[in-house]
Amino acid sequence: MQKTSNPAELAAIAKQMRREVIGMITEAKSGHPGGSLSATEIVVTLFCDVLRHDPANPKWKDRDRFILSKGHCCPILYAVMAEFGYCPKDQLNTLRKMGSIYQGHPDVRFLPALEASTGSLGEGLSLAIGMGLAARLDQSPARSYVVLGDGEIQEGQIWEAAMFGAKYKLDNVCAVLDNNRIQLDGFVKDIMPLAPLVDKWRSFNWHTIELDGHNIAALQRGFAEAAATKGRPTILIAHTIKGKGVSFMENNPKFHGTAPTREECARALQELA
Amino acid sequence: MATPPVRTKYELRLGAATREAFGKALVELGAANQHVVVLDADLSKSTYTAEFGKQFPERFFECGIAEANMVAIGAGLACSGKIPFASSFSAFALNKGFEQLRVTAAFPRVNLKIVGTHSGISIGEDGPSQMSIEDISLACSLAGFAAICPADEFAMTRLVHAAAAYDGPLFIRAGRAKAPVIYSADQEFSIGKAVQIADGSDVTLIACGLLVAESLLAADLLDAEGISARVIDLHTIKPIDRDMIARAAAETGAIVVAEEHLVDSGLGVRVAQVVAETHPAAMEFVGIENTYAESGPPDALLDKYGLRAKNVAEAARRALKRKR
Repeated sequence: MQKTSNPAELAAIAKQMRREVIGMITEAKSGHPGGSLSATEIVVTLFCDVLRHDPANPKWKDRDRFILSKGHCCPILYAVMAEFGYCPKDQLNTLRKMGSIYQGHPDVRFLPALEASTGSLGEGLSLAIGMGLAARLDQSPARSYVVLGDGEIQEGQIWEAAMFGAKYKLDNVCAVLDNNRIQLDGFVKDIMPLAPLVDKWRSFNWHTIELDGHNIAALQRGFAEAAATKGRPTILIAHTIKGKGVSFMENNPKFHGTAPTREECARALQELA
Repeated sequence: MATPPVRTKYELRLGAATREAFGKALVELGAANQHVVVLDADLSKSTYTAEFGKQFPERFFECGIAEANMVAIGAGLACSGKIPFASSFSAFALNKGFEQLRVTAAFPRVNLKIVGTHSGISIGEDGPSQMSIEDISLACSLAGFAAICPADEFAMTRLVHAAAAYDGPLFIRAGRAKAPVIYSADQEFSIGKAVQIADGSDVTLIACGLLVAESLLAADLLDAEGISARVIDLHTIKPIDRDMIARAAAETGAIVVAEEHLVDSGLGVRVAQVVAETHPAAMEFVGIENTYAESGPPDALLDKYGLRAKNVAEAARRALKRKR
């Protein structure tokens, strides 16, 4: 796939990636559709427009790094990486199967083009910060992008990392919070409320931008503002809808971690036609 | 076999603490290799990483009191080609950073070095919350990790350099107390190769860290009774030197393992596995028995918790009684 900055083209890619996600998880008979669908525009905008990366040279020293800290949402990452040729598209339907490079959570041992193995929540921000420090030491233009879940930031390590990122003024680190408001056991506000979410990040001295995480133009503006922000890291608080694009999955905690049946898959693909 | 060399009584003088040797070796590494970076969690004066921080401030990252974050930031640095040494008290680095060691370092096999100082009970007055007596167990339970526990300053210096050259996740265990000098500066060490310090034919004493010196003193006690004890410094606990352990088991038929660690989950059980798999022999174990220690002077604690030469010698006598 070629990179593009055209929002209409990116929206079309996002729809296609949602179809891939639904197909993969249905085939796997298990997985986490809701968070992949909420993060679709975020991941698509990053890979197709924002990230400086080269699929022909995946270990290019000055590439931008992408870490999916909410590792359970790997289907959207696998689908986009396959689209760019990092890994085979025709094996996406082996997700979660024995021997597949598409492990249940991202695993660099099986898919070396990944930047990190994730799946234990709360760790990706620290990893991105470590990579940001290394880029600074190497005087590399590489930036580190990390996608966090909203439930995920209940982990204390996130706030340890937030303090560190601000202390070291890591303006080459950009986090995106996929604020879909649902976690495994239910709604975030009931499980462990995060409010006031934006104030929390501002008080930790992060440049904080609120936006609609399904609005590609808004995401593009947010990433541009992050890149132009000096002296501190940026977080995009991306308001999203869990299960976005499939009516019966939207805002439905059931589809945090339940695969669609064949019938549900057919209905979902109809909606995403 | 050849006649073992006749040993006179060991005169062990106290040298530098292994934590201090670690800090000095880091500075040497920092000068030699610009990719070496150091992280600490508000204990750099105690872990001796502070001098590296003074000399290479741009490569030293003070993480504050946040060990889990320190470990994962170290892993991120390693992912981008740096050689990070992340250091804290062993009790905090391993216990608070364990999950991060597992997922960000061990399982993707990231080149992170975690260094725990103030291991064992010889830290003294600070007491059991600061005493790491389960770190060998924790480090060895991380698949693919190497685990190293040097006995003196010279072993530590050499092994820190070896750790920097080693590609993979690795744990170094250091002590607070001044350590008796066993080696000279020209003694060579390599990761995974134990050092036989004294030869002997009746029983083998295997130890790491401070208990190596106690085992040498125990060998002298036994020598006075006509018992010939071999002494092995198993400075690398994982990957373990199977050949040297198997040979000792075959040739002496009795083995004592001594460590400043919980006795049922550290060096001893790992040696026992190798012995069981190769040449079953009578074995005895010296270590901390299913308890947490207390505040007190280091020497008094080592006496009370049974980590002295006399305890090693007693264990050897018990093993010899059961030797076939």
